[in-house]
Amino acid sequence: MTNRDIISKIKTIVTPYTQRKEGLSEFDESTNFLNDLEINSANLVDVVLDVEDEFDIEIDNESMEGMMTVGDARDIIIKKLND
Amino acid sequence: MSRRVVITGLGVAAPNAIGLNQFDQALRNGTSGIKFYQDLKDLNFSCQIGGKPPVTQEMINNYFNPLQQKGLNSSGLIYGVMAGVDAWKDAMLPISSEEEPDWNSGIIFGTGILGVDKFREAIHLIDAGKTRRLGSTSVIQTMASGISAYLGGMLGCGNQVTTNSSACTTGSEAIIMGYDRIISGKAERMLVGSCGDDGPYVWGGFDAMRILPGKYNDNPEKASRPMSATASGFVPGSGAGALLLESLDSALERGANIYAEVLGGAINSGGQRAGGSMTAANNEAVQRCIKDAISFSRIQTEDIDYINGHLTATTRDATEIKNWTSALGLSGVYFPKINSLKGMTGHCLSASGSIESVASILQIKNQYVFGNINCEDIHTDITALIDDSCIPKKTMDYDINIAAKASFGFGDVNAVTIFKRYKK
Repeated sequence: MTNRDIISKIKTIVTPYTQRKEGLSEFDESTNFLNDLEINSANLVDVVLDVEDEFDIEIDNESMEGMMTVGDARDIIIKKLND
Repeated sequence: MSRRVVITGLGVAAPNAIGLNQFDQALRNGTSGIKFYQDLKDLNFSCQIGGKPPVTQEMINNYFNPLQQKGLNSSGLIYGVMAGVDAWKDAMLPISSEEEPDWNSGIIFGTGILGVDKFREAIHLIDAGKTRRLGSTSVIQTMASGISAYLGGMLGCGNQVTTNSSACTTGSEAIIMGYDRIISGKAERMLVGSCGDDGPYVWGGFDAMRILPGKYNDNPEKASRPMSATASGFVPGSGAGALLLESLDSALERGANIYAEVLGGAINSGGQRAGGSMTAANNEAVQRCIKDAISFSRIQTEDIDYINGHLTATTRDATEIKNWTSALGLSGVYFPKINSLKGMTGHCLSASGSIESVASILQIKNQYVFGNINCEDIHTDITALIDDSCIPKKTMDYDINIAAKASFGFGDVNAVTIFKRYKK
């Protein structure tokens, strides 16, 4: 799975949770889930569950806490896929 | 008392119809919403029938955005949102801006239990050691106040936003609580109502108590028989009803459509004394509640044209009629017209008081009394008290100036509301 594939899948996952739709048009690895997309912080746990289902991985609480941007999420996904 | 309270919006999701016009037609036509449910049969229920509002996915899309629909598994919440939002829109009230809520509008929206199916989902995940898989939606769909919280956010209400719970009086109690808040000057508008979940996990406990009919699984529409000699238990139902209560001043200022006036009401409990129990009413308490509602509303018993009874289709229906005749001091042909919606919808439990109040108000507004269904064989204990003509079997035009609505619930709790036709 390429870097671009992963980011594309992350975008699909976060789209329904995104309150600031403009954030989706400039979506890249620097996009911050809370600031740029204005995802409700309570929904971050749902984003993580959707990521787990999509990539068939498990993201522990510690990893989740460091997941602030799309790039962070991609790094965690790649790490878990290679574990 | 300088302030007056009127009803300027209604919403309903009942087993026999969703939406005001459809519900009005269903009342006039005596349409039953009781159906057979295969899952109840598969689970070895004695009573395999019930009443659920006929909700479609298309309707859900009109009330819940895609994000709100993710993991949505709370039937009462869906019905409550539909009825509540409808009542707000029916009152032609705006959705408040993103920046500021409407400080003068509040919500009292009751329920008996919320999100039972969602809670079941959570229990299975937790027992499997997968608590983290619950996500963020478990709490908000299963907290009792989930319904008032959802509505509060959708509408932007900034006054009191809460959920009351008092078994089958819940809906009527919410109306009186909202009325009190407006009368006391603490709010201008209160969205009041109630909702209830459905399905085996809500209805199972009643089936186990053997108070539901088990002999009508092949003939569901005949099962709910209020006041009938062949009544054999209440049919479980669900849904939601909602009323937008508003101070008369606010309604006139907005030029709002006024359905009726709330003259007042009374709430009490029999204390589970003197024949009252967890499941049965203290008759003196019921009569006091009726009398208190009448005196608070400053009317005479003879002023009541129409009664919307609690009348669940159990052997206690005759006891309720006895309580009415004693409290009102009226019997025979002098008794008001009386009917029970439960013949069509079953007993919608926590939602019943509000759904039946919506039915009462539609009858006042449109000046008719709907015909009772499934009571062609009225119990002789009832005809010994009131004349057969007081219990219409067919819908009839009728001048209703004042209506009384009663709800009684487990825990020996009672609520009676008095509504009056509004004339400019």
